[in-house]
Amino acid sequence: MSIEIKNLTKKFGNVTALDNVSLNFENNKIYGLLGRNGAGKSTLLNIITNRVFKTSGEILIDNENNEENDKAISKIYLMSEKTLYPQDMKIKDVFKWSKRFYPDFDTKRAYELSKLFDLNTNKKVKALSTGFTSIFKLIVALCVNTPYVFLDEPVLGLDANNRELFYKLLIEKYSKEPFTVVISTHLIEEISSFIENAIIIDNGKIVVNTTTEELLQSGYSISGKISDVDNYISDKEIIGEDTFGGLKTAYVMGRPDADISENLEVTSIDLQKLFVKLTNTREVK
Amino acid sequence: MIINAEIDKPIFQQIKEGIEDAILSGAFPEESQIPSITEISVNYKINPATALKGINLLVENNIVYKKRGVGMFVCEGAVNKLMENRKNDFYDKFVSSLVLEAKRLKISENDIKNMIERGFKDEH
Repeated sequence: MSIEIKNLTKKFGNVTALDNVSLNFENNKIYGLLGRNGAGKSTLLNIITNRVFKTSGEILIDNENNEENDKAISKIYLMSEKTLYPQDMKIKDVFKWSKRFYPDFDTKRAYELSKLFDLNTNKKVKALSTGFTSIFKLIVALCVNTPYVFLDEPVLGLDANNRELFYKLLIEKYSKEPFTVVISTHLIEEISSFIENAIIIDNGKIVVNTTTEELLQSGYSISGKISDVDNYISDKEIIGEDTFGGLKTAYVMGRPDADISENLEVTSIDLQKLFVKLTNTREVK
Repeated sequence: MIINAEIDKPIFQQIKEGIEDAILSGAFPEESQIPSITEISVNYKINPATALKGINLLVENNIVYKKRGVGMFVCEGAVNKLMENRKNDFYDKFVSSLVLEAKRLKISENDIKNMIERGFKDEH
């Protein structure tokens, strides 16, 4: 049980949005799909769910080709950044229709969650604010009970309290009955504690695909006097550096040397910092 | 117990130590039930696999045990065991770093002894 993506390429005219991407989404894991604006995250999720057509490559959902395959596609729910529901439909009707399309949709739970988030189900889709539009879509995502749930920017416009509530509900659901979750978001620090795997996509290419634990161990930062730091990093792979007066911090791949001078300070890099350093191809001048 | 994804220590290690602290402080007495994996994961927004990894360390060390279908409980004698372990770590964790920093600041051995005496007095 998994989603396999093999050599996927997508071109829009002469722009390559996805460039020979290969990766697997394994069963019952939580993935963070991270990338800068326009990196290709949404395109990838839309192609897997057959909403956008690929240029070349292959996608298998539990060993079945995804194209024109309703049975395979129905195993995935994509909470998309765009709101595709009819604007005049009431939320309670969205729940009704969701049940038609996804037989395992838990209507009772959807109303419970609406209450928790203070969502008025008599409102029409078009009458909702940005935050409540996200809330109603993520309620559907938390109730569809498909084996695969893709969340594309799930917390767009949500205040801190509602983001917290959503993360907790997601973890609670996952903990009781695991399913495969792929979360695409820019709020990396908020999900770094619970994603098991991190996939970083940059300019249509996969630059990182590993467990969060390994990724966090893959680099470190070292700081101290410029000359000391330069001396230490001379034979190392550097992903970035900041200077501040006579002080320098370098971001280094690999594990620190065993015998580091007392004048240098070693700290771990958090996921967000690693992400910024690994995808910083557009330098600030 | 505070779990912080940013600090150097892996999260599963923080879970293990957080529960140990709670046992030592008496928040989870011996033979009492500790929170479930779901409760820990939801509360600290961590992956259940990570919470399980932390708890399994405690199970391996005979600090907590699993009762099938009921939950996890603190072992009898866990408090003494944890105190023994921590006493063994005391030198490495506190004394060596204290001496290192003292040397950096050129604080003499006698000064430190005086400070320690003062620390004990202030407690009372």
